[in-house]
Amino acid sequence: MEYILLIVGAVLVNNFVLTRFLGICPFLGVSKDLPTAAGMGGAVIFVITCASAVTWIFQYGVLVPLHAGYLQTIAFILVIATFVQFVELVLKKTSPGLHRSLGIYLPLITTNCAVLGVAVLNINKELSFLKSCAFGFGAAVGFALALIIFTGMREKISRANPPVAFQGTALALVTAGLLSLAFMGFSGLVKF
Amino acid sequence: MDAVLIQTIIIGLTGLLCGAILAIAAHFLSVYEDPRIEKVTALLPGINCGGCGYTGCSDYAKAIVTQSVPINSCKPGGAETVLSLATALSVQAVATERQVALVLCNGDDTYAVRTATYNGIADCLAAEFVSGSGKGCRYGCMGLGSCSRVCPVQAIRIEQGLAIVDPALCIACGKCVTACPRTLIKLIPESRSIHVLCRSQDRGPDVKKVCSVGCIACTICVKTCNGQGITMEGQLAVVDYSVPLDVDAVVEKCPAHTIHKRSGLKPGNPA
Repeated sequence: MEYILLIVGAVLVNNFVLTRFLGICPFLGVSKDLPTAAGMGGAVIFVITCASAVTWIFQYGVLVPLHAGYLQTIAFILVIATFVQFVELVLKKTSPGLHRSLGIYLPLITTNCAVLGVAVLNINKELSFLKSCAFGFGAAVGFALALIIFTGMREKISRANPPVAFQGTALALVTAGLLSLAFMGFSGLVKF
Repeated sequence: MDAVLIQTIIIGLTGLLCGAILAIAAHFLSVYEDPRIEKVTALLPGINCGGCGYTGCSDYAKAIVTQSVPINSCKPGGAETVLSLATALSVQAVATERQVALVLCNGDDTYAVRTATYNGIADCLAAEFVSGSGKGCRYGCMGLGSCSRVCPVQAIRIEQGLAIVDPALCIACGKCVTACPRTLIKLIPESRSIHVLCRSQDRGPDVKKVCSVGCIACTICVKTCNGQGITMEGQLAVVDYSVPLDVDAVVEKCPAHTIHKRSGLKPGNPA
């Protein structure tokens, strides 16, 4: 039950993009067509879940015993970047198909603030290892959900012939704001 | 120990370790790639239009090297690319003539009559599903720009409700050909200069009612060129692009100003 609440909370209530405003760059950048957005969402789910595990191990295995918690940010970036590169190499070797569909998004996520944000939040909340992974997974699913909903909206809007002054980024930002407002409706659903 | 020293050591060691892991991984997980693929990719234009039938230039390069598919499928690159590929791979070059897309309709808002106002989705396919874009002609360009939106090089513009291809920019990828729900766009060899800019299968009097530059099936052009190059297909004169046609008289004799020399020109503006 605790885990379900944790995941639902991360997906809907404290959605990373729409409530915490992390990872806005890919949110606006790769939301032009649905297959790309779905690919990005899949890559983010995979990377954030694994990065949560790796950074948790690094925090409690290396930084805490050495009393070097203040090095968290820089050390996490290092670990996450290495991890993503490593995954890319493994994918390229073992599964060329998956590498072609996820590969181009992996470098984009390497130093994404959403990935780092999840890792840091896991430590700040003092979650256990399994809970960290669950929270990371939930946060990433929330990101993918927001990205896919937003892409669907943008695809529809681009066909609706909006006024020239609104076209492109202007309308995308307005849409993102409205979507964020809609997600505010979930606030208070789960407390943690 | 000094705090600065500790953090330098921790981060330094972590970085070193990460680097070592990646280096070892890169060594053991390396995938052999034919060096020719990279070379061929560099010779292709790199605009990833998909006109060759592969998902991008690098995919086509891979197919050339590994499956030895013909090297003349790259339309944007043209003869130049074929030649450089042939030199690089030491195979025989078979050059093809450059093609350009042409919109077979000249009914812009000056000539085509609008019988209704279309307020639906600004997309040709969507308009075709209801009753067209409001123009009286059921065969002509709807001017809602589906072709210009799929064009990877912005070679198609919409002027007065009519799509016009800029032959200088066109790379003949064929995306607009499939995008047009009325199949008005055709890829033709660049050297062909005489075109019947109409696709209407309506009878002459019906065409006259909705468009002043539509083909009225008078067959004068067919007689002028003795059936060599232009033939009648139902109620429409059609140019046979497989043979060169140099009878300029057909342009002058066409009473409806449907036949033009070069694309995108207006009647009374011969060039």
